[in-house]
Amino acid sequence: MSDDRTERLSVLKTYKLFVGGKFPRSESGRVYEVTDHKGSWLANAPLSSRKDARDAVVAARKAFGGWSGATAYNRGQILYRVAEMLEGRREQFAREVADAEGLGKSKAAAVVDAAVDRWVWYAGWSDKVAQIAGAANPVAGPYFNLSTPEPTGVVAVLAPQESSFLGLVSVIAPAIVTGNTTVVVASERAPLPALSLGEVLATSDLPGGVVNILSGRTAEIAAPLAAHQDVNAIDLAGADPELARTLEEAAADNLKRVVRPQPVDWSADPGTGRLLAFLETKTVWHPMGV
Amino acid sequence: MPTTVPAYGAEAAERLASMADVTATDGALRRFLHGLPGVDAVGLQARAAALGTRSIKTTAKAYAIDLAISMIDLTTLEGADTPGKVRALCAKGVSPDPTDRSVPKVAAICVYSDMVATAKRALAEAGGSEVHVASVATAFPSGRAALAVKLADTREAVAAGADEIDMVIDRGAFLSGRYLQVFEEIRQVKEACRRTDGSGTAAHLKVIFETGELETYDNVRRASWLAMLAGADFIKTSTGKVAVNATPPVTLLMLEAVRDFRDTTGVQVGVKPAGGIRTSKDAIKYLVLVNETLGADWLTPDWFRFGASSLLNDLLMQRQKLSTGRYSGPDYVTVD
Repeated sequence: MSDDRTERLSVLKTYKLFVGGKFPRSESGRVYEVTDHKGSWLANAPLSSRKDARDAVVAARKAFGGWSGATAYNRGQILYRVAEMLEGRREQFAREVADAEGLGKSKAAAVVDAAVDRWVWYAGWSDKVAQIAGAANPVAGPYFNLSTPEPTGVVAVLAPQESSFLGLVSVIAPAIVTGNTTVVVASERAPLPALSLGEVLATSDLPGGVVNILSGRTAEIAAPLAAHQDVNAIDLAGADPELARTLEEAAADNLKRVVRPQPVDWSADPGTGRLLAFLETKTVWHPMGV
Repeated sequence: MPTTVPAYGAEAAERLASMADVTATDGALRRFLHGLPGVDAVGLQARAAALGTRSIKTTAKAYAIDLAISMIDLTTLEGADTPGKVRALCAKGVSPDPTDRSVPKVAAICVYSDMVATAKRALAEAGGSEVHVASVATAFPSGRAALAVKLADTREAVAAGADEIDMVIDRGAFLSGRYLQVFEEIRQVKEACRRTDGSGTAAHLKVIFETGELETYDNVRRASWLAMLAGADFIKTSTGKVAVNATPPVTLLMLEAVRDFRDTTGVQVGVKPAGGIRTSKDAIKYLVLVNETLGADWLTPDWFRFGASSLLNDLLMQRQKLSTGRYSGPDYVTVD
């Protein structure tokens, strides 16, 4: 057999969006070039338009009833399953993270391990968050008075620009573990780990639409999401200060919950801040001794 | 081409009388209906799909949305309908978006015959007596009852004040080839649509084919001609109660039948697709079909209707998006 016949043609991967459990191309048909930290070409990623954002919100809203209505135990199990699937793709994510962030092999692997651990950590919170954020309130009357945390609804998440995987996991997991559904705008410069995460989520029992992942220009996709009347909260982790200000103004129209951007060390203990940011408190009075 | 007269007008009967030879006997009617040209199914579907790709934007879209709202027969046909639900629907039909008075009223409220009086009163109270009340009749949705029962059902609804009657054809008779029986039934129901109080104006008759049960496009064309010859004022695709409801190809075919019927007899008949039309995008596609097949003559609520319930909310959300620039959500329209 001659040499030229053993040489394979390279099979390049077409990265696609993850919306409603499916992998569509951008409605606009556009793509943009993704490069590694040195500027050499890695792949083309979809360049989402505002209509992709709209479709993603519709998918997220559709998924909200089922996901928020699932038992906390069940949500925890599914999130743990996601962590299992991530573990099985460690090498792929380590390679993508190394390309995106310019890390060495072992450092990139450590980042992926931290991200998987973080996912497991948040999965454990599913049936414990009510104990932290809820209360049995003493009241002056013969009533049980119980406050329980409930998910706020559809959360738009602008993923951190620099930490393409650990940061991404650290903003998605706390939003969905409590029963919210999300529309995630991946890091503009390094969207590939996010788009690959979509492939993991699709195969890990997570109902379609709970996480929807869009890639493209953050400012272009975030503007309609911030103004969208059917989005209940927005996490501005990936917005620069100027963009964040205009998004906050747009978000004020329907009183969205807003998490402002702030410098975060994604490798540090995340605390419960993001977990508690997307909850509403429901308080019920129940007559006692009847 | 003969001059055009509306199907509900007095001259229409004379025009139809000129076609009496084809409806004289069962044999003649069958020969006529089976002599209609066969439908090119692939071409029909391709044409409907091609017309569905038109891009309707900005001012044209705003116009289309308002037109579509004004063409809606806002429908509730559930076993669980209550007078309260019908009243709520009437209020919504009169002012679809309470925060925006520039939204047009819907064309009609479509209910079961026992709710006609309730709907009539509710519309008058809400200040929308120009909104019609349409009543389904003739053992809707199956149409499986004795003719006397169907006629009594119709008379009841007309007496209660229904402006429009949506009847279903007897698909069993149609599919087994007893065309004259179906023809006679439509004729008698049309007769029953006359008001007995002597006011003269009859209720308009819409004839539902249930195209999802007619099996072939050829049958849809035959049913269309059959109903129009029998005096239908409107032809309507479906009840909304079976798996396959209005589709763009079937509606296009009926629009073509209506066009050909006007070319032949000069009688103008309306079309109403019903069931499964849920989004503004779908509604606008249908409007494109109408404009491209029949022209602007039919682009009014008098000649084209949508039978729908959830479509209105989507149109309202699109309207809010156009006026505010922000995507709206289901929190900003009523839950029916």
